[in-house]
Amino acid sequence: MAETLAEKIIARAANRKKVCPGEIVTCNVDLAMMHDSGGPRRIKPILERLHAKVWDADKVVLVSDHYAPAVDAESAEILSLTRKWAVENGIKNFYDQQGICHVILPERGHLLPGMFVVGGDSHSPTGGAFGCFMFGVGATDMASILITGKTWIKVPNTIRIEITGTPGDDSVIADGVSAKDIILYLCSRLGVGGAEYQVIEYAGDIISHLSISERMTLTNMTAELGAQTGLIAADETTFNYIRQTGRKQERQVRVDNNSALQSDDDAYFSATHKVNVAELVPYVAMPDSPDNAVTIEKVSGVQIQQAYIGACTGAKLEDLQMAARVLKNNTVAKGIRLLIAPASIQTTAAAAADGTLKILTESGAILMPSGCGACAGYGAGILAEGEVCISSTARNFKGRMGHPTSKVYLGSPYTVAASAIVGHITDPRKFLNGDRK
Amino acid sequence: MKDKINGGKAWVFGDDIDTDQLAPGRFMKASISELASHCLEGINEKFATDVKTGDVLVAGKNFGIGSSREQASQALKHLGVSALVAKSYGGIFFRNAINFGLLAVVCTQAKSIQQGDEIAINSEIGTVHNLTRNETYVCEKLPSQLLDILKHGGLIPHLEKMLKEKEQMDQSIRE
Repeated sequence: MAETLAEKIIARAANRKKVCPGEIVTCNVDLAMMHDSGGPRRIKPILERLHAKVWDADKVVLVSDHYAPAVDAESAEILSLTRKWAVENGIKNFYDQQGICHVILPERGHLLPGMFVVGGDSHSPTGGAFGCFMFGVGATDMASILITGKTWIKVPNTIRIEITGTPGDDSVIADGVSAKDIILYLCSRLGVGGAEYQVIEYAGDIISHLSISERMTLTNMTAELGAQTGLIAADETTFNYIRQTGRKQERQVRVDNNSALQSDDDAYFSATHKVNVAELVPYVAMPDSPDNAVTIEKVSGVQIQQAYIGACTGAKLEDLQMAARVLKNNTVAKGIRLLIAPASIQTTAAAAADGTLKILTESGAILMPSGCGACAGYGAGILAEGEVCISSTARNFKGRMGHPTSKVYLGSPYTVAASAIVGHITDPRKFLNGDRK
Repeated sequence: MKDKINGGKAWVFGDDIDTDQLAPGRFMKASISELASHCLEGINEKFATDVKTGDVLVAGKNFGIGSSREQASQALKHLGVSALVAKSYGGIFFRNAINFGLLAVVCTQAKSIQQGDEIAINSEIGTVHNLTRNETYVCEKLPSQLLDILKHGGLIPHLEKMLKEKEQMDQSIRE
């Protein structure tokens, strides 16, 4: 009987030959990831109440990113508590202010195709870019996983999204159009919650040509579609990335029947959507929801005060490189602040090494520490009353980045950078003409 | 069994109420009582101050969409909300609600519920009763595994009970 990739991974984790959509099964968790906000400060009291210990410290990854770096006494306490808990519980995989969890996990070699991974954060579907089944839970679920090593799951159906087109030599989609534009377009088409907590599996010739970074942008924002997770079957691109991070391929968790780590050809999909990117243009999500996305010309001219390139979605090395292509030989408009928070310290180092940071900082961009910061309204870079920001992040819910009356537009790093140059939302493609010739 | 019935006055909200409305990011460092006092303030300023123990929150589709922050469901529990009736939920929020012992039922028929209606829910049978309008709506029945968690008051008391039982069993084997 044909199976989807998600069913194969879940069946293996549940010690079952196969699983059926709709049934509730208990799965062994291969890796549990949590951060400073939903992590120790929430789960420590639960573990103490139950006199319980972490089931397997080596299967836990802890990342301080939400309140990093501390901006006041409370956030300093949260970070301190997180640090102490990591030591007390022997958590070796603890990354203290090294970057954002969803970028740290693959960067430090924790994700391998076929793994069943649970993250204490809603953008955990990012891990699906590596062929993992990775989904988000709250802190109480995470505490239960830390104690038992298991969690329940209602086996989800899978929606297949085929992304097709003609990949070009210089750019996979079209110059100035990125994975962020694909996912914003999908948000407008399917709506937030449109996936009804099913799995979305991305396939098609555009996907096979997309880099790992761009795949991560897609699976990351699959959360915005209301999916339990996003998935992309592992291929040579995935394995090449994993080899770079120093993990041995034989450590891959393989499904029992030794079939390739992908959905069977005749697997059941609850829906199949086809997207041809030939006509795709830059997309921007208007306030206050990611599904309020429209083509760039509909919002062109909207005045901004802040432009933000940051978060797990939009501040990986390739995202910074996109911004740099636009900002090269340009400067940020007077009265506009362009804040750039690279997704991790490794991202910053790589961007420094390849000259990207030089271009960004020379344009007048303000470099910020790696962390969740402004995106979730937790840290530095939040908005004042009535301010408008264009952002490469994932969410623009009302008041998310600061004052309840502030407004957030979501766009690609290209669009954010171009808008910072002119002071209002603008099509980035006019800044790219000919720079690769 | 009295724990089967949850009920009170209805607070009616629309579609796509996100976690940032339920638990605004700028109060996430604060205590749950401080955070809860800002719950849904961007949509209905009176909710957090006027909601009474036992009241029921009624919403459209995608209630609790967005973040994994479980303070979104914890805040509602803290304010005394006894149950949620919505067309659909954000997947993580739904798990979090059950984990806090907050009954969350999926009910597509409950369109006629108005602000202030008296509502009673029987989660075992899967019905929502509008006592003000004398109407009954069928809702999706929760799986028995989730009803068990709710019966114990949430995932942690449920886990506590399971761990105790395991300990007793281990002990009796040793003896």
